[in-house]
Amino acid sequence: MNENIAMNDEEYSDYVEQKAKKSPIAKNIFWAFLVGGLICMIGQLIADICMFFSISKEDSSTISTIILIFLGAFLTAINVYSRLGKVAGAGSTVPITGFSNSIVAPAIEFKMEGYILGLGSNMFKVAGPVLVYGITSSVIIGFIYWLIKLFM
Amino acid sequence: MKVGKQTIRLENTPKILDTCSIVGPKEFAGPLSSYFDLHVDDVFVGEKSFEKGESHMLNSCINHLLSKNGFSTQDIDYIFAGDLLNQCISSGYCIRDFNIPFFGLYGACSTFCESLTLASLLVDGGFAKKVVAATSSHFCSAERQFRMPLEHGNQMSPTGQCTVTASGCAVVVPGTVKGNSPKVTYVTPGKIVDMGIKDMTNMGGAMAPAAFDTILTHFKDTGRNPNYYDKIITGDLGLLGADILVDLFSKQGIDISSKHEDCGCIIYDNEAQDTHSGGSGCGCIASVFSGYFFEQLKTKKLNKVLLVATGALMSPVSSMQGESIPSIAHAVAIENEV
Repeated sequence: MNENIAMNDEEYSDYVEQKAKKSPIAKNIFWAFLVGGLICMIGQLIADICMFFSISKEDSSTISTIILIFLGAFLTAINVYSRLGKVAGAGSTVPITGFSNSIVAPAIEFKMEGYILGLGSNMFKVAGPVLVYGITSSVIIGFIYWLIKLFM
Repeated sequence: MKVGKQTIRLENTPKILDTCSIVGPKEFAGPLSSYFDLHVDDVFVGEKSFEKGESHMLNSCINHLLSKNGFSTQDIDYIFAGDLLNQCISSGYCIRDFNIPFFGLYGACSTFCESLTLASLLVDGGFAKKVVAATSSHFCSAERQFRMPLEHGNQMSPTGQCTVTASGCAVVVPGTVKGNSPKVTYVTPGKIVDMGIKDMTNMGGAMAPAAFDTILTHFKDTGRNPNYYDKIITGDLGLLGADILVDLFSKQGIDISSKHEDCGCIIYDNEAQDTHSGGSGCGCIASVFSGYFFEQLKTKKLNKVLLVATGALMSPVSSMQGESIPSIAHAVAIENEV
């Protein structure tokens, strides 16, 4: 609140909202779809190539995942992924390459503070929540699955 | 002498003898490049970390200011400086090498006017003959403290601003010193204004009411109006904040649109350099004033300016705890003798 401004906090917030430039949602969605889809296609392509050389389906998808993680890390290191993220948004954050980016980026950044307390303790700064809640929810779902199996 | 609610009239009108500015590569590629004294091509400034680089940049800036005026560090009585980093390390480590008594300040992006205010008051009171006011900010060091790692691929909000990699400094001397340097006539230290904005990517919206409050108080206290000034220069409101400021004044029936200029809006070519709402950081007003506007004051293209630096006093911790953004603005009236 301010005595010179004839608006309360809520009114001011609405006023700012109405003045603020909006995100170009249609453009963002288009690029997210295109880049996200492209990354998934590359993954599928790798898996298909593996299966073509008669590797099992399960192993093929593991190989594809590993290669995508490497690509994400590599593109982060040469400063391409951050530029890609600027255009693609969720399209490059959601696939596994984005997960790789979220671990490698802080690792590069915090190397300056040393390998143990810098890199080591900050590497999962961005990806940490994904790991914590990803693992927790998979354990819970697994437990529910086990319970259902017991009675079926 | 205090006049009105918040303003102080400087009876002995200290002078801003000279200024110096230094900018990073992105700022040097912007539209104001020819006005800055120095620039660096490498964001590390030849150091191993961004923080050291920022310190180095501030150091070069102050050194250049002293050398171009033929001063040595012993000539300077006190130094007021600040930056955006935790515990103001850029300033502390920079001034470690100088052996000058030092006051470290934190006013976020308002620090330049805060240090200029205090330096002017110290000189006006007759407590010092030469006082330096300096600030710096660095895109990379600010980004890692306030936002995401640099290499992380994400999108910036259209209201977001780009922290300026730059330093600026000024040396304040008593009004009796010869020469036709511009004088500091009034200072209006601001109070904290918080209109409940919580979005850290919309600092312009959070800071505009603080700038409005300080400028309006300055007018009321001094009996001046926007027509008195050639320019009203705000620090780093960005496109959105500047728009809001002008609009808030027009709601009061005061038109500042022809006088107002925002350093955050002019330091970059926002479209071409992809800086969204503009520049921010304590180095923004420091470098743009020291480079661009001081030159115009010296050549008398401008004679009366009101310099208003705005700051958002939040931290990543307060934002994560759901706090809104407290904002502040300090105004300094700088005038040529005509």
